[in-house]
Amino acid sequence: MSATQLVSSWGRLTRAPHTIIPLRERGDVHLARGAPGQAGLPFGNGRSYGDVCLNPAGTLWTTRGLDRFIAFDADVGTIDCEAGVLLREIIEVALPHGWFLPVSPGTQFVTLGGAIANDVHGKNHHRGGTIGEHVESLQLQRTDGSRIACGPVEARDWFCATVGGLGLTGVIVSARLRLKRVPGPWIDVDTRPFASLAEFFRLSQASELDWEHTVAWVDCCGGSQGRRRGLLFRGNHMDQPALSTHARTIRLPVSPPFSLINSLSLRAFNQVYFHLNRMRAGRQIKHYRPFFYPLDNVLEWNRIYGPRGFYQYQCVVPAAVELEATGELLDTISASGTGSFLAVLKTFGDRTPLGLLSFPIKGTTLALDFPNLGDRTLKLFDRLNAVVRNAGGRIYAAKDASMPREMFERGYPRLAEFARYRDPGISSAMSRRLTGS
Amino acid sequence: MIQSKGSLRILIVGANSAIATEVARRYAARAARIYLVARRAQALDATAADLRVRGAAEVACAAMDANDVERHRSVLEAAWQMWSGLDVALLAHGVLPDQAHAQQSVDETLSTFDTNARSVIALLTDLANRFEAQAGGTIAVISSPAGDRGRASNYVYGAAKAAVSNFAAGLRHRLFASGVRVVTILPGFVDTPMTANFAKGPLWASPARVARDIVAAIDVGRRVVYTPWFWRWIMLVIKLVPERVFVRTRL
Repeated sequence: MSATQLVSSWGRLTRAPHTIIPLRERGDVHLARGAPGQAGLPFGNGRSYGDVCLNPAGTLWTTRGLDRFIAFDADVGTIDCEAGVLLREIIEVALPHGWFLPVSPGTQFVTLGGAIANDVHGKNHHRGGTIGEHVESLQLQRTDGSRIACGPVEARDWFCATVGGLGLTGVIVSARLRLKRVPGPWIDVDTRPFASLAEFFRLSQASELDWEHTVAWVDCCGGSQGRRRGLLFRGNHMDQPALSTHARTIRLPVSPPFSLINSLSLRAFNQVYFHLNRMRAGRQIKHYRPFFYPLDNVLEWNRIYGPRGFYQYQCVVPAAVELEATGELLDTISASGTGSFLAVLKTFGDRTPLGLLSFPIKGTTLALDFPNLGDRTLKLFDRLNAVVRNAGGRIYAAKDASMPREMFERGYPRLAEFARYRDPGISSAMSRRLTGS
Repeated sequence: MIQSKGSLRILIVGANSAIATEVARRYAARAARIYLVARRAQALDATAADLRVRGAAEVACAAMDANDVERHRSVLEAAWQMWSGLDVALLAHGVLPDQAHAQQSVDETLSTFDTNARSVIALLTDLANRFEAQAGGTIAVISSPAGDRGRASNYVYGAAKAAVSNFAAGLRHRLFASGVRVVTILPGFVDTPMTANFAKGPLWASPARVARDIVAAIDVGRRVVYTPWFWRWIMLVIKLVPERVFVRTRL
């Protein structure tokens, strides 16, 4: 059974027909293609920003139907589930037993399979690394009908190719995840304003010892020559009985005909956001949802950028040059007058991820959204790419829709090794753009 | 509703269907005891494991083809004995035939009737007597708005569902005095494997949404529930069109 549908990724840059073949039962995963010779690609909840989850004119094997839990050991904190289970569902099941995700990205609306295939990281990278470090085993279905069970020990080479493998090594059918003990749903949050990047790095470094989670918001408008205001949020899980939460979800009901984010609204937003938070600086208790997933309450917030969609640009630069390179990136962005309200800075710890194509390296990552202004945006990315390239950094594939192939090859030196594990029946818009197949 | 000692006891027939699975998950989150009946044993085991992780107090399974009417009695008896009675029974099994094919085939038409009407009526008859003797509980059955009026586009499916709706209405009438509630559930277009080949539009609902309405309806013992709600009004309009006008439409 298959149907053709128009599919966009979260950035809504393109909208192209795909043959949709839903996967439903882990015992019976048949990776059929819409037409002979056509390539397929696993597709989870579609929260990747760029083209990593797209395969225009090809087949998408949708995994949301693989949404069953298999086993949960509440004593030792391991959970076995099918790959289409959302992180949100894992939290809902595990948290009442005192367990939480070992690593959490900025949204809980991603599938476990997608999180592993992009080897996602979170605010606790300096403590927890990427999600791949916490996967005990996974089942990989190949298009030739074989199934590979792999993990950090068993078939380790397949595991390292599949973690962060962008869905190109096969379809992750199920995985076992090691969870993290937490006292409850609350986070002890400390908000610290900073006035320069140097101050950010000092604060961030000083926080890593005592705080599980650190992340910073930075004002990408104005500022220069070392002046760069922002807010560092640091948090620890804590036990705080019975505070009421009234999280309301709202939905952006329609796509506005143009982007609501422009240089004027951006400047105003940032001004208000900085001063509101500076007034509230210091300690407060937050529920895990607003702390980890501030945008999840606004369903379909991606519509705010209008019909042309948006890019997310996320790069990492090595620790040795992080101050200069991050400063140059932010100066380039503020000079361009574009950028987003949510500009995120985070230092990565010294943990080498397992995945051959995993993103983090020791250093600093910067992430922000840009409304799609066509050439103007791509020219800005050229300038940012030059800074990243000179610094010896790399771009995050999970977010990317535009990096040049040469940049991918240089940023990910284990690409040739990875190629041996690719499934010949699988291809994506990204893999064709960045590897030629 | 009578409430047994311990958590709620629910029997679900057709437990591998997308809607039934979502309903079962809602009961699992309430730590219910759940008895699953469906045709495919392997899928049933996967559903059972999922419900245990999601919080079900106990899960038991029986593989049964609903068309095997001879087996109904022993399966229902086992489910009934498991926790000494049931608080809720939900019948959720069914097939959606291709209308164009079915109307050319006596076999296909009758086999649709067997699965969607005959087996349901057989199960309802047995369950009704057990619930009546128990003097409490809720029997819920998934019928369809397609049963509200015969239409060219799906009358083979619709006629079987009309039989189910009518039979359930009669049971509701009969069992009212004994305190047993009968809930007729009429889901509109639901995005499930059963409807995988249909183009989806704004009228389509997710199985999770429909499941939420079903559980809410069982909780308060509603009689006839359209889900999503707007199907009540769509079907009202469709039912009101005079036959001489209706035959000229394409629905």
